Amino acid sequence: MSQDNNSEDRIDVDIRLEDSEAPKSQDEPVRKEVSTFRLVATLAVAGTLAGLLIVLVNLHTKPIIDKYKAEQLKLAVYEVLPGVERYDTWYLVDDKLSMTLPAGAKESDYKRLYVGHDSSGATRGVAISRGESGFQDVIMVIFGYEPANGKLTGMKILDSKETPGLGDKIYKDPAFVGQFFEGPETPLVGVKIGAGKGQPNEIDTITGATISSKAVIGIINHAVAEWKPILDKGIPEAPADTAPGEAAK
Amino acid sequence: MRTTTASQDFIRGIWKENPVLIQMLGLCPALAVTNSVANALAMSAATFFVICCSSILISTCKRFIPHEVRISAYILVIATFVTLADMLLQAYAPAQHKELGAFIALIVVNCMILGRQEAFSSKNTVLRSLLDAVGTGIGFTIALVMMGGFRELLGTGSFLGYSMFGPNFEPWVIMVLPAGGFLTLGFILLAMGYIEQRKKTKQSEEPVAEVSS
Repeated sequence: MSQDNNSEDRIDVDIRLEDSEAPKSQDEPVRKEVSTFRLVATLAVAGTLAGLLIVLVNLHTKPIIDKYKAEQLKLAVYEVLPGVERYDTWYLVDDKLSMTLPAGAKESDYKRLYVGHDSSGATRGVAISRGESGFQDVIMVIFGYEPANGKLTGMKILDSKETPGLGDKIYKDPAFVGQFFEGPETPLVGVKIGAGKGQPNEIDTITGATISSKAVIGIINHAVAEWKPILDKGIPEAPADTAPGEAAK
Repeated sequence: MRTTTASQDFIRGIWKENPVLIQMLGLCPALAVTNSVANALAMSAATFFVICCSSILISTCKRFIPHEVRISAYILVIATFVTLADMLLQAYAPAQHKELGAFIALIVVNCMILGRQEAFSSKNTVLRSLLDAVGTGIGFTIALVMMGGFRELLGTGSFLGYSMFGPNFEPWVIMVLPAGGFLTLGFILLAMGYIEQRKKTKQSEEPVAEVSS
């Protein structure tokens, strides 16, 4: 018994020695021992303050950012649907088009369709946006489509990180972009410049940016294939109680 | 403890200890976003904002930050200001924000900023720290704009979006691609090294001249 006690004592002494030696080995003066509570408290207080600050600035900037994004989208819809005066936003809820979302649902969880109307109120095509992988990152495309004859009315790249100087020609090269405004038929086929046979569904790809330009064509084809069955059922008339002109947010 | 004067604190970061060109810190943004002058300026402005605010705050609060958690606290402060810069840029300069993309968020891990906090702000007065931060920020801006200028000029034939060489200029696409960043940085460092060497040669004129002859 007594031996056991002794050995325990020795261990204690050893630990104390190590502890007291540690600060001496450093060049800096001995620091006050800081309690764990203080460490946690400091970071907690700092974190709380940081969070508060971020929330405050976010409250200020979020409306501006949202407004800008909505503005950009609106411009894009009007750009890809020439001759359209106003448009309605429809959501795909349970495979049916609806202008209202189920209660508590997040807007971003639903696929959207922008239905354009001309000044007389007649439907003039729909705008669809879709994103898929390009050469570097996801390319977000919005395009105008006429369900009646399956022709495109326009195309705009909403977001892309394609290679500057090569892949970014998908939105910087007017010759490429222009083709989508000339009413090509869907499904589109990408061909090398000069290799086309004059078919109405051919799009000349960009030399040096084949992957990027084929990605754009693919995105449009996939989106059309996905929406066609829904559009073939017909676009329901906008409910009368929605104010004409501003259904789009 | 410090032997430098206030003006030295300020000047140091601009040339002698330029964060990018001498200390080789913050190279990730320096290479990634300098394909145009506008991007370089936006990146510099965001970094400038973050380094100044962090330096002020950290030098003010240095007494309250326990030594054991100082790095976490610095990163927390820096990350907060980066988030603010991110949101402000997105609201007021959306075009630039779109171009810079993820690199804004990556200012958090720019070792130049953390380095200044650890090496300077945590040991010096608020005014000194601010001077140091402003100097470093200017040094970073100079480096980035220099790189952005060369790359935009050669890669797209323009400067700040204004065409410089007319329509017949065939742009060197490589210069706006990532590889161009490395090339540009390499040539700038070469030039800096040359200037430094000549300075040294002038200082100790005769002996070096003999050696070379």
